[in-house]
Amino acid sequence: GNRAAQPGTTQRAEGDDSLYPIAVLIDELRNEDVQLRLNSIKKLSTIALALGVERTRTELLPFLTDTIYDEDEVLLALAEQLGSFTVLVGGPEFVHCLLPPLESLATVEETVVRDKAVESLQKISQEHSPVDLEVHFVPLVKRLASGDWFTSRTSACGLFSVCYPRVSSTVKAEIRQHFRTLCSDDTPMVRRAASSKLGEFAKVLELDYVKSDIIPLFTALASDEQDSVRLLAVEAGVSIATLLPQEDLEDLVMPTLRQAAEDKSWRVRYMVADKFSELQKAVGPEITKNDLVPAFQNLLKDCEAEVRTAAANKVKVFCESLPEDSRETIIMTHILPCVKELVSDTNQHVKSALASVIMGLSTILGKDNTVEHLLPLFLVQLKDEYPEVRLNIISNLDCVNEVIGIRQLSQSLLPAIVELAEDAKWRVRLAIIEYMPLLAGQLGVEFFDEKLNSLCMAWLIDHVYAIREAATCNLMKLVEKFGAEWAQNTIVPKVLGMANDSNYLHRMTTLFCINALSEVCGQEITTKHMLPVVLKMSTDQVANVRFNVARCLQKIGPVLDSSALQADVKPVLEKLATDQDMDVKYFALEAISGMYPFISLTFQHISSQKHFNSPLYCFFFSFSPCCLGYRRLHCVIVKFFKHYLWMSCIYFIYSCIYLFIWSTCTFLKGSSDAHFPQVDMIL
Amino acid sequence: ADVISTVEFNQTGEFLFLATGDKGGRVVIFQREPQGEYNVYSTFQSHEPEFDYLKSLEIEERINKIRWLPLHNPAHFLLATNDKTIKLWKVSERDKRAEGYNLRDEEGRLKDLSTVTTLQVPVLRPMDLLVEASPRRVFANAHAYHINSISVNSDCETYLSADDLRINLWNLNITDRSFNIVDLKPENMEDLSEVITVAEFHPHHCHLLAFSSSTGTTRLCDMRASALCDQHAKLFEEAADPSHRSFFSEIVSSVSDVKFSHSGRYLLTRDYLTVKVWDLNMENKPVETYQVHDYLRTKLCSLYESDCIFDKFECAWNGTDSVIMTGAYNNYFRMFDRASLRDVTLEASREVCKRRAVLQPRRVCVGKKQKETDVSVDSLDFRKKILHTAWHPKENIIAIAASNNLYIFQDRLTPNGHHNTPEIQSCRQHHNNLMNCYEHI
Repeated sequence: GNRAAQPGTTQRAEGDDSLYPIAVLIDELRNEDVQLRLNSIKKLSTIALALGVERTRTELLPFLTDTIYDEDEVLLALAEQLGSFTVLVGGPEFVHCLLPPLESLATVEETVVRDKAVESLQKISQEHSPVDLEVHFVPLVKRLASGDWFTSRTSACGLFSVCYPRVSSTVKAEIRQHFRTLCSDDTPMVRRAASSKLGEFAKVLELDYVKSDIIPLFTALASDEQDSVRLLAVEAGVSIATLLPQEDLEDLVMPTLRQAAEDKSWRVRYMVADKFSELQKAVGPEITKNDLVPAFQNLLKDCEAEVRTAAANKVKVFCESLPEDSRETIIMTHILPCVKELVSDTNQHVKSALASVIMGLSTILGKDNTVEHLLPLFLVQLKDEYPEVRLNIISNLDCVNEVIGIRQLSQSLLPAIVELAEDAKWRVRLAIIEYMPLLAGQLGVEFFDEKLNSLCMAWLIDHVYAIREAATCNLMKLVEKFGAEWAQNTIVPKVLGMANDSNYLHRMTTLFCINALSEVCGQEITTKHMLPVVLKMSTDQVANVRFNVARCLQKIGPVLDSSALQADVKPVLEKLATDQDMDVKYFALEAISGMYPFISLTFQHISSQKHFNSPLYCFFFSFSPCCLGYRRLHCVIVKFFKHYLWMSCIYFIYSCIYLFIWSTCTFLKGSSDAHFPQVDMIL
Repeated sequence: ADVISTVEFNQTGEFLFLATGDKGGRVVIFQREPQGEYNVYSTFQSHEPEFDYLKSLEIEERINKIRWLPLHNPAHFLLATNDKTIKLWKVSERDKRAEGYNLRDEEGRLKDLSTVTTLQVPVLRPMDLLVEASPRRVFANAHAYHINSISVNSDCETYLSADDLRINLWNLNITDRSFNIVDLKPENMEDLSEVITVAEFHPHHCHLLAFSSSTGTTRLCDMRASALCDQHAKLFEEAADPSHRSFFSEIVSSVSDVKFSHSGRYLLTRDYLTVKVWDLNMENKPVETYQVHDYLRTKLCSLYESDCIFDKFECAWNGTDSVIMTGAYNNYFRMFDRASLRDVTLEASREVCKRRAVLQPRRVCVGKKQKETDVSVDSLDFRKKILHTAWHPKENIIAIAASNNLYIFQDRLTPNGHHNTPEIQSCRQHHNNLMNCYEHI
């Protein structure tokens, strides 16, 4: 045809076959299904490439400019795509063609879309030549800044800083004027945007203009009637403070910041507390000593718990960054008294925030002060009624350990930890267990054996399963830390000893421990010490123990050598496979097929996991009250149908039958085992 | 299902919109035509009946409150709530349509692939104006009790929603989190002594909010002081007259509506028998009290039996805060001029409201009729009540919802084309010629 006459044909010279996928993509730009539109937008670069640069500029972009009716996610993807479209419209020379669609995206009501559009605009602004910037980009910023809707004006706020450094001084003056106007906009939304971009804008301004223009704007925004505007000004204040020379800070910024720290609104004070370390860095040591220390004290004593929490979080960083010469005095005389009060605060979040940083003070204060002043506080927090507070203390013990040494620590803190480890609430115990490996690492082997080992073993016979489970996991982590030899001497004998316990739950715990420990302990210990115990337990009178033996053998199989597998393990498994209990049988078969694939091809499909992983299977067994008992049944059914029916029907029919059987069993109220022979007969 | 359950004018009044919600979960938006008439602009189903399976509770679709958001862009946004879920709706216009497919013709039939030799980018063509309403956000699962009010903060970033015992603060952009700022729920529900009836933000000060309770008190909270506003900054309560105490005094003192004046200085509260104006600076008694239907004081017993005593009447300020309006029974509504202390009773019903007709004042007499038009207390129809009223923020246009009818009245134009000043004088003589009367069908 006349394709050669069309622009951009080079890319599709291969013929209509390559046209088709692009045609589909273009058509799907307006598909009713959002997901398809989204996919299509995400491949916009492919479309543009196929159309060629000229048709992209003249046809695709005008269409996209008017597509702002779409769903947010589509617009978001579009805004993102356009940020890296420069090459596709013909390079930096034509980059201004991207401005119209991004301009319309910068005015939509959805914040995430606007922000993305602004981000893309910032990105492509760098690709504009200085001339293009003034001819195309700056007019766009001005249009946005004087738009009717607040959405366009808020978007404009983020664009001043990217074009300012690269334009002539007359345009610079205009830009400053526009920014000033936006700072006193009628709507709080625009003032918020201006307030949050003030620091960014100040960074690109010449210092004189920072003093003459930005400072008045900052002062005005920081005393805005809207809380939400004032609190954003705090952050701007920090940025501005970093820009100004030290001697100007006192006059230009500090009065406003002081006022912010004592603002009537707790949200503004919270913001000050939250930005305190940045502020401290920005204003330097002198002002910190004179102004920030009292301000920080007040924030620590604030009447609003949220503010105290934010301030408490900063205690360590603040103290660390105090000027070296007067650090200790300031902390001891000004900060510590406030911290002491916070330790017995009424609000748990405050205490918890403090607990997460308070240990850090010990490195700053040194040994003597820590022992004298901080340890009592740690002890109070360790005994706090809220577990979060206690945990935060425990998880930071290492920094204290470094300062005051292990002996000191053990005498003072350990009793409190032990107390928690025996807490009546199992969740508290669980939390402590999770910290045991950490503690062990911090305290060392010797100390651990002496003080904590017995505790770890006691958890193994806890009456809550979650604790026993966590305790086995804990043992594994301890062995990872302390090595196999330590395990053989201290842990393994005790664990194996439990195999003779009269309580079958404890006997099972032995198996669970072996599951967890075999790999970290290595082949030798596993074969020599653990395996005999496991094998012996295969004759246990409780079925649960027996099928766990089967599972355990499968688990530790990879660790054992092949002779042990053939000589010891296989006979036991085979015996278990003929067990009376069907669950034992099932797990024994599973173990056999898992470990000896070559000799048990007949069982292959059972453990192939294909059926067990199907959603339907999961569905049924998650609802089934006695799922273990039915597993084997399931296998039989699947095997039966596999040969006669189309695979896709299996699950449907199986589910009907399964439901029928299940309801019959339930209806008859007999023990489930008793009815299985019947079921087999039916089949 | 057609009974109107809320009426709300657009805040700025620049684009003249009026929204109503009804018991069937529908929102109807009226737009004012250049000639001054209101016509239906858009109708959409905001809420559907739901069932809470966890609590075995039916959730009605009834729209409890509608609040407009300040303008974002050419589209309009409003919040509508039923008992449990608040939704943010966008009402936008669309006048362009994309045309041109590569692989299909405009009827949607597939083209012969061999004819597809060039790529075609769709083009946008003008089309008839289409108004669409789309749900933008759904704020759900934050209220254990029934939501009775929502109010947008002057920072245009947050809004509050109040149920019987709690007030939550939301960010308009965040649907999965809200902050509980007031919680009246006692540890033991047997100690429950009051419930929140209405809550509203101050029109200018983003940190002030007022909420009223069933005990007749209104509390003002300062959100600057603390994150939790359980401690009020001010408590507006009038000492009860011990000589008037009766079984009903607590019920009739329950506040059914609270409105800040446009200036932000006054609070208007409505209880069963009166409307009161409070100065924010004076907590111990209202500056003005107006009797809405004092003649009902002797009939409280029968009103209690018919449950009418629990009716929640709304109240409204005019644009300049000089006139107050509230509803009453028998399709009557009352207006009070604060300066001249004159008041008027008007009727909104299909019989009297002819197009362009001027409303005649009504009088309810306790004893013998003095005039032909007077109505005796005993013949009042308590099933016809005007609960929901709204006053245009700038002009003298009022919207009155009576059952499934919406009446919109306008101050009649004086010959020189200017609106009359909203004195009751004008109210009585030429105020309120009926502009439109809508029936919700």
